[in-house]
Amino acid sequence: MSDVIVVGAGMVGAACAYYAARAGLDVTVVDRGPVAGGTTGAGEGNVLVSDKEPGPELELALLSNRLWHSLAEAGDFEFEPKGGLVVAETEEVQRALVGLAGKQGVEHAVVAASELRDLEPHLAEGLAGGVLYPQDAQVQPMLAAARLLELGARSYGHGALRLRLGVTVTGFVRSGDRVTGVRTSQGDILGGAVVNASGTWGGEVAALAGVHLPILPRRGFILVTEPLPPMIRHKVYTAAYVTNVASDSAGLETSAVVESTQAGTVLIGASRERVGFDRTTSVPVLARLAAQAVALFPALRDVRAIRSYHGFRPYCPDHLPVIGPDPRAPGLYHACGHEGAGIGLAPATGHLMAQLLTGAAPDLDPQPFRPDRFPEEPQ
Amino acid sequence: MSGFRHDLVVVGGGPAGVAGALTAALAGLRVALVDSSARLGGQYFRHSRAAQDAPGGAPELDGFLRRGRALAERADLLLGHRVWHVSREDGGLAVHCVTPDEQPLTVRGARLLIATGAHDRVVPFPGWDLPGVLTAGGAQALLKGSGVLAGRRAVVAGTGPFLLPVAAGLAGAGADVLAVYEAARGLGLARHPVLALGKAGEAAGYALALARHRVPYLTRRAVVAAHGDGALEAVTVARIDAGWNVVDTRVVECDTLAVGHGFVPQIELGVELGCGTRADADGSPVLVVDAAQRTTVPGVWAAGEPTGVGGWRLAEVEGRVAGHAVAAEHRASTRASTRASTGAPAVSGGGHGAPRALLARRRGMRAFAEALQRAYPVAPGWQGWLRDDTLVCRCEEVPVSRVREAQRLGATDARSIKLLARPGMGWCQGRICGYAVSCLAGEEPRPPKRPIAQPITLGALARSTDEPTTPNTPDE
Repeated sequence: MSDVIVVGAGMVGAACAYYAARAGLDVTVVDRGPVAGGTTGAGEGNVLVSDKEPGPELELALLSNRLWHSLAEAGDFEFEPKGGLVVAETEEVQRALVGLAGKQGVEHAVVAASELRDLEPHLAEGLAGGVLYPQDAQVQPMLAAARLLELGARSYGHGALRLRLGVTVTGFVRSGDRVTGVRTSQGDILGGAVVNASGTWGGEVAALAGVHLPILPRRGFILVTEPLPPMIRHKVYTAAYVTNVASDSAGLETSAVVESTQAGTVLIGASRERVGFDRTTSVPVLARLAAQAVALFPALRDVRAIRSYHGFRPYCPDHLPVIGPDPRAPGLYHACGHEGAGIGLAPATGHLMAQLLTGAAPDLDPQPFRPDRFPEEPQ
Repeated sequence: MSGFRHDLVVVGGGPAGVAGALTAALAGLRVALVDSSARLGGQYFRHSRAAQDAPGGAPELDGFLRRGRALAERADLLLGHRVWHVSREDGGLAVHCVTPDEQPLTVRGARLLIATGAHDRVVPFPGWDLPGVLTAGGAQALLKGSGVLAGRRAVVAGTGPFLLPVAAGLAGAGADVLAVYEAARGLGLARHPVLALGKAGEAAGYALALARHRVPYLTRRAVVAAHGDGALEAVTVARIDAGWNVVDTRVVECDTLAVGHGFVPQIELGVELGCGTRADADGSPVLVVDAAQRTTVPGVWAAGEPTGVGGWRLAEVEGRVAGHAVAAEHRASTRASTRASTGAPAVSGGGHGAPRALLARRRGMRAFAEALQRAYPVAPGWQGWLRDDTLVCRCEEVPVSRVREAQRLGATDARSIKLLARPGMGWCQGRICGYAVSCLAGEEPRPPKRPIAQPITLGALARSTDEPTTPNTPDE
């Protein structure tokens, strides 16, 4: 029997398992699919501090940023602390960006319009300026999740971290009120605690325990270009990205997020829309992403897109993740609902979860992330 | 009358697409046909401009070119147009293309016929990425295009009846074909009752050609490695058992190797529209069609290799069946809308519309195609030919060792192997490596997901939802 069962082998589940194993707990990770088969494998690998308003999520992001740097030293995966450059189309937007940067208290540098091309030679003319965030980074999230699980299994003794893939959780084992394990497609797995790290499907897993988590899918498309010689140095995005991230709209919102990867491809995001788990490719969305990228980097006009993919961010109504014990189901913990920031926030989430599981004093106040903060679903 | 410019849009200008388009156009439908090549023909009837301008060559090609000319008089031919996506739109289908000058163009129609053919199925082995190593289809394309293979020392290997025309073509073009190494037991063709009946004539023709050029045809043999410093210089030929495990080997010097292991149907447009798929006799995912070549999605038909690999003759018959069925449904829906406006009850457009003799021919040819697939399977022993550094994916330069590493890290299927190790993420979108990765993952190949079926510049993509420019309608 494990001390902890983690449901979900995505980035957040991997981080929870790694930090729990590091804290001396025996961990079993179960996933109905492979490692990183859900939203982890459908994003860009953002590790951002730049796009967050001051508050608990930014605190979590800053802690996570520090942890990512130390994980990158131990793990064998791509981690690029390339920095993020937010650009403004107008003077007014530039003033708003500078104002936000001042409030965040995050390491940054204001970039004048005349200096933009020193940072990004291919940027369009006529932009009003920007803000550079050196701490923003990019990680290859699938490999990072897999390597972190491997590192946890290798580093903390035999049996510290077990991986059970292709195992679907179908319910919970209870002892009285208390959650003491999971029922799965391959029999019951017992454990001292269960961590729901099921990302966009976190609400469904919570429902199996009879508790409500209002996690909804928020779809995003990404365009991938043919491999190019290095062309874009930072993660470059427009100010609209910040407002879209924080928006509650169910309708389509797009903003340009453009960056090169180590494979030479350029990734182009980002779109947000709440359309359930609709997997139909939308030509209008792809067209908008392309248009916005070309507006930002005119040299991309003649570059070919060779594929696109989409994923479903785990959206919570207040845009904060759900992290911590669920008082409605003792023994059940949640670590999900990170929307588009799950990769960036994963290490801090795992670290915090390990502290909560072992009764250590948490580095951050977990109150803003508590699972029972939402109104109960109307009957 | 539908509100679309075209009653039928056909994607693919090979035997199936041309037959479907011509049949529907002759029945009075307004038809558009889109193909990425500059000329009709597809893989099988690929031909040079000279052949088009001066008929009088092979009778099969002449027949095809005649039908192509008839089609050009009755339908919109959008040649050199690459289809990058298809979508449902306002009760019809939208075929999103890129024109030869990289402009976006959306062709809209009430119905769609998917006739997108197939590409080579690639089985990797050490050295398969050396210059001088060609797929069988690639060699055939070279022969039909420029024919620059004269004087080469060539080996043909792999499995399946397609090796015969490739070897005969190479020999005919002046290459010194050292041998054909067929991995199967070989006598399958003659011993199988259906096979013996079906293609005996054609196979005998190739056999005669090979005999004339003194090309030995050896079975239970395979090329298990290619060698060379920068270009092909020699191959290792193995005797193999039924599971394709190596019994013994020898080295043969050559500078050209054509390898064929059958074909993978191109079904991504159907997959993108949500068409149902099934595993064919050889495990390839193909589109499910009914007796009228209808897919499971209303308004979408498929013919030729996307419904199961069976060669150009079957493809052409299926195209004609689809053309008849589309025309029948078009007539039914036109009548229904007339009735609806006069308050009469609607009828379902269920009729096949195709002559019985055509349906019977299709039945026989399909049985033959399925028997061929069973007679020339790819056996799993090829995985034993691989070395750690053998490339699986050429586009992303992923060796076998990285695939194995991904599996060790928790990639339990082909998709997660792709996510962790990148095979299939490059230019060809897994068309080349997809089969091998599925095999290494221990699963049947799954329907390919390629929302962007062909590369498109970001500039063209950005303008692809602008007010569409649709080509001229046919005169009628």
